[in-house]
This record gives sequence, C-alpha cells and structure tokens, in this order.
Amino acid sequence: MATTARELMTEKVVPEWEGFNDGLWQREINVRDFIQQNYEPYEEDESFLASATDRTKKIWEQLNKLFLEERKKGVLDISQIPGGITAHEPGYIDKPNEVIVGLQTEAPLKRSIMPNGGLRMVLNALKTYGYEPDPHIVEAFTKYRKTHNDGVFDAYTEDIRRCRSSHILTGLPDAYGRGRIIGDYRRVALYGVSRLIEQKKKEKNSLDPAQSTEDIIRDREELSEQIRSLKELQEMASSYGFDISTPARTAREAVQWLYFGYLAAVKEQNGAAMSLGRVSTFLDIYFQRDLKSGALTEEQAQEIIDDFVIKLRIVRFLRTPEYDDLFAGDPTWVTESIGGMGDDGRTLVTKTSFRFLQTLFNLGPAPEPNLTIWYSPRLPNGFRSFSSKVAIETSSIQFESDELMRRAWGDDGAIACCVSPMVVGKQMQFFGARANLAKCLLYAINGGRDELTGKQVGPENGAVEGEYLDFDDVLKRYEKMMDWLANVYVNAMNVIHYMHDKYAYERVEMALHDYAPLRTMAFGIAGMSVVADSLSAMKYAKVRVIRDETGLITDYETEGEFPNFGNNDNRVDQFAAWLVTTFMNKLRKYPTYRNALHTQSILTITSNVVYGKNTGHTPDGRRHGQPFAPGANPMHGRDNHGIHASAASVAKIPYRDAADGISLTVSLVPQGLGRVGEDRIANLRSMLDAFFGATGYHMNVNVLNREMLIDAMEHPENYPHLTIRVSGYAVNFVRLTREQQLDVINRTFHGSENP
Amino acid sequence: MSQVKASDAVPIEAPSPFELRVNLAAGIPENAVKEALATGNMGFLHSFTTGSAVDGPGVRVVAWTAGCQWRCLYCHNPDTWNMMNGIPVTIEHAKERLAMYQHGLKAMSGGLTLSGGEPLMQDRFAVKLFSVAKELDIHTALDTNGYLGERLTDEELEKVDLVLLDLKTFDPERHLHLTGKEVGPTHAFARRLGQRKKKIWVRYVLVPGLTDDEKDIEKTAQLAAELGTVERVDVLPFHQMGRYKWEKLGIPYTLDNTQTPSAELVERTCAQFKAVGLKAV
Repeated sequence: MATTARELMTEKVVPEWEGFNDGLWQREINVRDFIQQNYEPYEEDESFLASATDRTKKIWEQLNKLFLEERKKGVLDISQIPGGITAHEPGYIDKPNEVIVGLQTEAPLKRSIMPNGGLRMVLNALKTYGYEPDPHIVEAFTKYRKTHNDGVFDAYTEDIRRCRSSHILTGLPDAYGRGRIIGDYRRVALYGVSRLIEQKKKEKNSLDPAQSTEDIIRDREELSEQIRSLKELQEMASSYGFDISTPARTAREAVQWLYFGYLAAVKEQNGAAMSLGRVSTFLDIYFQRDLKSGALTEEQAQEIIDDFVIKLRIVRFLRTPEYDDLFAGDPTWVTESIGGMGDDGRTLVTKTSFRFLQTLFNLGPAPEPNLTIWYSPRLPNGFRSFSSKVAIETSSIQFESDELMRRAWGDDGAIACCVSPMVVGKQMQFFGARANLAKCLLYAINGGRDELTGKQVGPENGAVEGEYLDFDDVLKRYEKMMDWLANVYVNAMNVIHYMHDKYAYERVEMALHDYAPLRTMAFGIAGMSVVADSLSAMKYAKVRVIRDETGLITDYETEGEFPNFGNNDNRVDQFAAWLVTTFMNKLRKYPTYRNALHTQSILTITSNVVYGKNTGHTPDGRRHGQPFAPGANPMHGRDNHGIHASAASVAKIPYRDAADGISLTVSLVPQGLGRVGEDRIANLRSMLDAFFGATGYHMNVNVLNREMLIDAMEHPENYPHLTIRVSGYAVNFVRLTREQQLDVINRTFHGSENP
Repeated sequence: MSQVKASDAVPIEAPSPFELRVNLAAGIPENAVKEALATGNMGFLHSFTTGSAVDGPGVRVVAWTAGCQWRCLYCHNPDTWNMMNGIPVTIEHAKERLAMYQHGLKAMSGGLTLSGGEPLMQDRFAVKLFSVAKELDIHTALDTNGYLGERLTDEELEKVDLVLLDLKTFDPERHLHLTGKEVGPTHAFARRLGQRKKKIWVRYVLVPGLTDDEKDIEKTAQLAAELGTVERVDVLPFHQMGRYKWEKLGIPYTLDNTQTPSAELVERTCAQFKAVGLKAV
C-alpha cells in the first residue's frame, strides 16, 4: 500500500491543521514551507476591503483619550515591576470588547522598567518623569544583579571611551536593549508551544555529545533559557484564558497566538527595535480557511486585524530624553514586512497584505506598526497602486527592494527596525551604532585631533600641511584614519554583544529561531553625502584650510564649483560608493564576536541632527551644527536635479557592501506628483517601479506640503496625527524636537519647483 | 572652447525654474550664436530637471529653453524671454545627460518634455534634441505656444509624440493684449496638428480677469474639440511664484492684485471643456 503524503510527513494527524495542504512543514519547524504550500496570491484591487466596525472605533476612541494624556505627561504611567513575560497581571483596554487581548503591563500605555539592559537608563527615565525609584529594585540591580550596561563598561577600552565621548561613534547600544531581533512569532500559531519546546529540547540534547567548550556551554545555557521562556509564554497566555500549547484553530486564534509570542518579547525586552516580522501572508491562510467555511465575514476579518494593529500601536518602552535626541518620537519599530514575490515567481501579496494597509484608513495614519512594503515592479498592479495610494494619503509606509533582498536572503525575509533584512527565524543581528565618517575625515585632516575640542582622540598622525587640501594626500590619511576607527568600532561592538548575550539575553525571541542562526554584525555609517561632497570639493575645486592658534584646522574656504552627490553625476557619486565599500572592507578585517557576518547600513534615523551638532565645519561648505542628510540622502537642497537624478545617485551605492540597508527618504509635494489623484497614484507607482526595478534599496515616501509642516510646528494641537517618514520609520511630527522639525522642513521637497 | 567653459561654470540644474537666471550666454560670440541657431548643434537652456510628473504623461525629464517672443502678462519665467539668459548646451552634452535616464523614463512611462521659453525659437536645436530622444526610444513632448509651428516640417513633427499646446485665450484682441502677439498662427498650428493626427494636451492657464471669460473659454473649448486629437486639457490655476522675477528684472508687472482662481472657477472652466467631450483636469 502506498503511503500517503500525510503519513509520510506526520506521525499523527493534527486536527488544527485540517484543510491545510501537506508538506515538509508538518515534519519540521518550517513556516516558509507552510506558507508556500497553502497561501493564495491575490492579484486584484482593494475594493473588497471593509471599514472599521463601531466596536473598533470605540476602542480606538478610548485610546485616543489616553494618548492625549500621555503626550501631556510624557508617559502615562510606570510600573516598577521589572518587565518579564509573566511579571504583570493580565491587562485590558476594554475587556468585553477586545477581539485580541494582551498588554505589556496590567494597564494600557503603562510602561515597565527593564533594568537588565542598564539600571542607569531606568533611573534617568524615572527621574525625568518624576517617579521615585523603588529602593528594592535599585538594591537588587546594584548589589545582587549586574546589568548589560555595567558589563560593557567593565570591558570597554580607553579608545572606545574616547570615541564615544567625542561622538565619532554614536548610538552604541551599551545602556539599553540592542533589539533588531525578530522572533518567528508565526511558529506559536502554527505549531503551538508544546511542539516548540519539544524541538528546543531536541536541539539541546543534540549538544550532549559535544565537548563542553565555552561556545557549547553558552549554547546549552541559552537553549535552557529558551525552553524556560516558552513555558512562561504558555503561562502568560493562560493568565488571559488561552491554552496555546496546541496550534491555533481559527484565524482569530492564529492572530492571538502569534501576538502572545510577540507580547512575550516586548514584555521582557526594551530593544531599540522590536519588529514583528512577516506575518500578513501567513495569517491570510487562516483567514482564507475561515472565510471559505463561512466562519468569518470580511468585516470580522478586518476587525481582527484592526484590533491586532491597535495592540501593536500601543507598545511602549520607558526611555530617556537623551535617547529621544537620537531616535525621536518614541519609536518601537514594530516593523511588519508586507508583499514581495516568492522564489517561484508567484506574488506573496494576499488579501491580508491589503488588510494591514487598510488599518491606516480605518484607524487613521500612525507611525506604528512600521508597515514596510517589499516592493518589486513585478508585484500585481492592484497592490502597487493601493500601496502608492496609501503612501500618498498617509505618508505612513515605506518601500524596500524585494528584488535586492530576495536575491540576498530568500523570500521569507523581514525587516528589523528600518531597513535591516533577515530571514525570519533563521537569522539575527548584533546591531549597533554608527561611525561618523564625516568627523573621521576631519580627524584625518587634523591628525587625529578633534576639530571641536582640539583633543587627541585618534592616532597622532600629524595634520595636513600647507594652505590647500591635496586630494591624494587627504585620501591617504583618510584611509588610515578609517582603519583605526573600524578597529575601535568592531571592538566596541564585540564587547557590547558579548555582554548583552550574558546579561540581557533575548530568551523568547531566540526560542523562536532555529538553533545556531546566521548572525550578522550590523555596523552603520553616517555622513556619507557630506564626505562625498567634501572629496568632490577637494578634487574639482580648491579648498583652503583655516587654522586656529594651536594649528587645528577648524574651517575651510572653497574656491570654485564642484559637483554634489544627488545629481546623478558620476564624478561625485563614485566617492559615495567608494566610501561605503572602503569602510566595509576595513570592518571586515577585524574578527567579530560569535563569528558574526559583517554588514553595514547607511541609516541615521533622526540622529543626523545630533551628528551635525557634533561635527565641525566640513570642506563641502557645511557649517558646524548643520544637520547631516539622513541616511544615504544627498545633502539638503544640493540635489537640485529632480527626484529621478537624486534617487539614481543613491541607487549607485553597492548593496553588497551595505547589506544591512541603504536608506533614502524623499519628500514630495502632492501637486508635484501629478495634477489629479489618479495621476499621482500612477506616477508614484512609476517612480517606485523605476527605482526598485533598478538597484534602489529603500524609499521612505512623504507626500506633504512644506507649508503644512510649518503650520504644524506653530500649531501642534491641530495636527495630533500628522505622520511623516524620517529615515526608516515614521513619527508623529508634533513629537519631534524643534530642531528635528526644522531639519525635516529644510529637506529637499521634490516637485515644489513645478508650476 | 569658450562655449563648453560657459556651460561648466553655471550648473544647468537650477534649484528650480523659478531661480532667476540672466546673461549666462553673455560670453558667446554673436556668430557662434547664429551658427547654433542655424544648425541646432547648441541650445540655450534655462535649466533641466528630472522626475517631473506634471509636464506630460508619466514621470519625465524636462528641459526649459531660453528665448520667447511672447510677453504674456502672467509669465512666471520672464528670464526665459531672452535667449542669452540661457546656458549654452551642446547637443552631444544633452544627449549624454538624457541617455542616463533612458531606462528610468521607460519604467516610469515618461519621456522628454521640451518646454520654455518657447522651444521653437530654437527650432533646429529642438529638432535635433527630439531626434536624439527618438534614437534612445524616449517619448517626446513639445510644450509650445504654437506661434512658430510652421518652422517644423511635417517630417520633423513626426519626431514629436505629443504636443502640449498652450492656448492662452481665443479672442484676437484679448490675445494681443495678453501675449503681445496675434492668435492666428497658434490656431493654424493647432489645426495642422489635428489634421496630422498629432496627439495634443491643451494647457490653459486660468487667470482671473484675463482668461476666465466664459464665452471666450467656450470658443477655445470648441476649437480644441474640433481638432479631434486632444487627449486632455490641463487647466492650470494662475500663481504668483514668478512675480519676484519681474521685479528683479525691472519689468512692470500688472498682476500684483490678481488672485489665484477659486476652486469654483477652476471647476467651472474644467466643466466647459468637459461639455465639449474633452477630458479636463
């Protein structure tokens, strides 16, 4: 008798899987295979979508009142019970009316402390918001329990400390959770927690024969922690009245199970970015099953997604104002990757991809979750048009190249944070910080002295001599200085991630990964366009140096014209590409913790403003204090050739040397996109087709008038929901600092020149 | 070559066409200018931009030429009246630049739009540039007032895929007052385009008090409808963004008190074009 596929794949029939197609996914933990065997591509338009139900509107109104209060006070409330999967009692917004349940603490918007990352940050935050720290907590985390932050500073070198305080390295996650790890939360829904525990036990047992080296010991300990966290996840769910040991049976359960997985992560980790992964097409399989059986209507399906998204919109972490200077607007980066194409050529767009976007209409624009379209010109027309429409009307979504990322990582990847791609459940990253390469150029010119303080920070190489900068001479010095900086940077990252694994390990997120995932170490750079333009000035014009009485070069005078990055001019664009590749190669020379693969991003978030403050005058004519361009953007106002030219310059940055992402934020004036609505949608779609059909990697799209932003700055009370995209994420405009608001307003608005 | 030097010194990509540009071709000897006009080997451009979504179909590259014989009272680029205010650009240089956008323009269903000024003031350059674009398989649009339409042979007209025809006002006297030139040649060119089945987008700048007369618009609409090849009418509301240029150039500006047309007026005008079966936006 021939064995059926089902007998081949499973030992027993799982009733919750009734109606699903068989596949490898039954035999092993393999969500991608489940999706591939079961999903239904959707190639039509948005006309099937349902609006918000009264129930949804009511819940959202209740929260809106709380948001107002929160904005007034900074935080709504703080719980001084350290966050943990089971630390808090179940919490509700409006218990009888919630479709999906679960909160980080016992009340909505109430933030918990997470001292494992660092007690200092907790104490600063408590002080800022007027809370007296609980003495027991202080005692526990000073006397009995060491934090990640303490560990890091025990092992930092003098060089690292100097670079940190001179701001040539900024945003090192040494005082808080590193984030950018995405658990495969879909596994909770598909397999139930018991099966996942069983799998982790197998993985742990398989290490028994291995020699107890440091690496193996750490792996065994981590696996034990993972198993413990899964048990706590089960316990947390059961406190809400759900048994998630077995697979989800319905769409609503699938969303609920998946959300519990995610909730466990955000209850325990205050990661810099706590991204969701790529859940919409996975969930669509459940929705399709229930819609077909008549168990659900479209309105109910949308209601479940709306309620889920409401929960994602109210994820909160306790942070400090200093943190806000770097990453403004209280971001959590609950990034959800939507769309894309499959390896087999079918689109991964489903009806639920539309449903997620529809939340921006049903609930209004919002920065979170960070909805990210994996864009390809091969996506169905209906979806490309709808996502263009959503971008134009809400300025709340971003686009990333499905083509580039799929080729590099396959068709089940997701974005962590803003632009960092990883294979869900099979890859994680050690994230951290940015090297200020514009400042590094100034160090090269000044022989390692800081241009603002005069202090010797880098190696003492001697400053450049003579009245004018010599391109070849500066380049030689710059390479040396980057060598030094790359070394310090890798050292810092190794220390940080060693300590984070030791003191603030992401148990439940890693429990939702395969054993021994691919680890990348994601470095970052800032100031790319400043450097490119500065090199261009040296090469094509004459740059005279101005020294102070100590011989420190503090200013420059440029004689003549030179091309600027952002105008599709190879004479200067090549400097940007050269910079990215050169620094990446230097990073690669230094070994990483746990043999992580070196990657790099060109992304600044809102920190471009702070970089500008901390960097003196530069040879391109930028003045001290003037913000850098965000991410890989051309400098404000210098890309005077239109958006096509501007984007073409950025698309020249080689992805292989910036595999953690290349961020471009564009601001378009609605009238510049076309004279009427349908033109605008078609034209934005065309721009996306062209950019992502070539080597463009990421595009943050804002469709706004500068006048409106100026008005919002003056009258924030009239724009409580005004959402704009900054480098890689969206924020409430009114929650930015004034400096950041001005930076946004001063950016190049494409299309404003047209009549 | 002095011409090349001149084009290197001032960036051709002005931050916006509203940037005031004067005397950029001042160093060019008179005979070189004459030769340029005769051969079209060199053009005088105010500037060019990429990514325009409002100058014809799709997302386009737009080059603005310098030089116009009309003196429209509402002109927002009076510095494009004088050809010598443009930057001299060789046809080779223009081709090189255009080729950089070939792929993208196709992906964006766009093309090249030659606008102005009045491009047909430099008709030989316009023809050469359109030929270059067609060699690159790039869609071409000519934004013109049509006054010099007869400078293009039928064969040359074939290199233009779409004409953006600026119809200012119908009544001859009013037209003379508004633009300084008679309306006849424009209407003749329009009819010729219709006969040759050339696709047209009509551009109609709506200026309160000058071009908003209901009867007059009706006649313009009627003409447009008769051509049979008008695909769309863009009703462009007047704006004051060019005013400062008049002041800087020391030319008396008469529209200081003219307002942007109301939404109702724009709607009424669109409706008039729609009434004769045209698509108007």
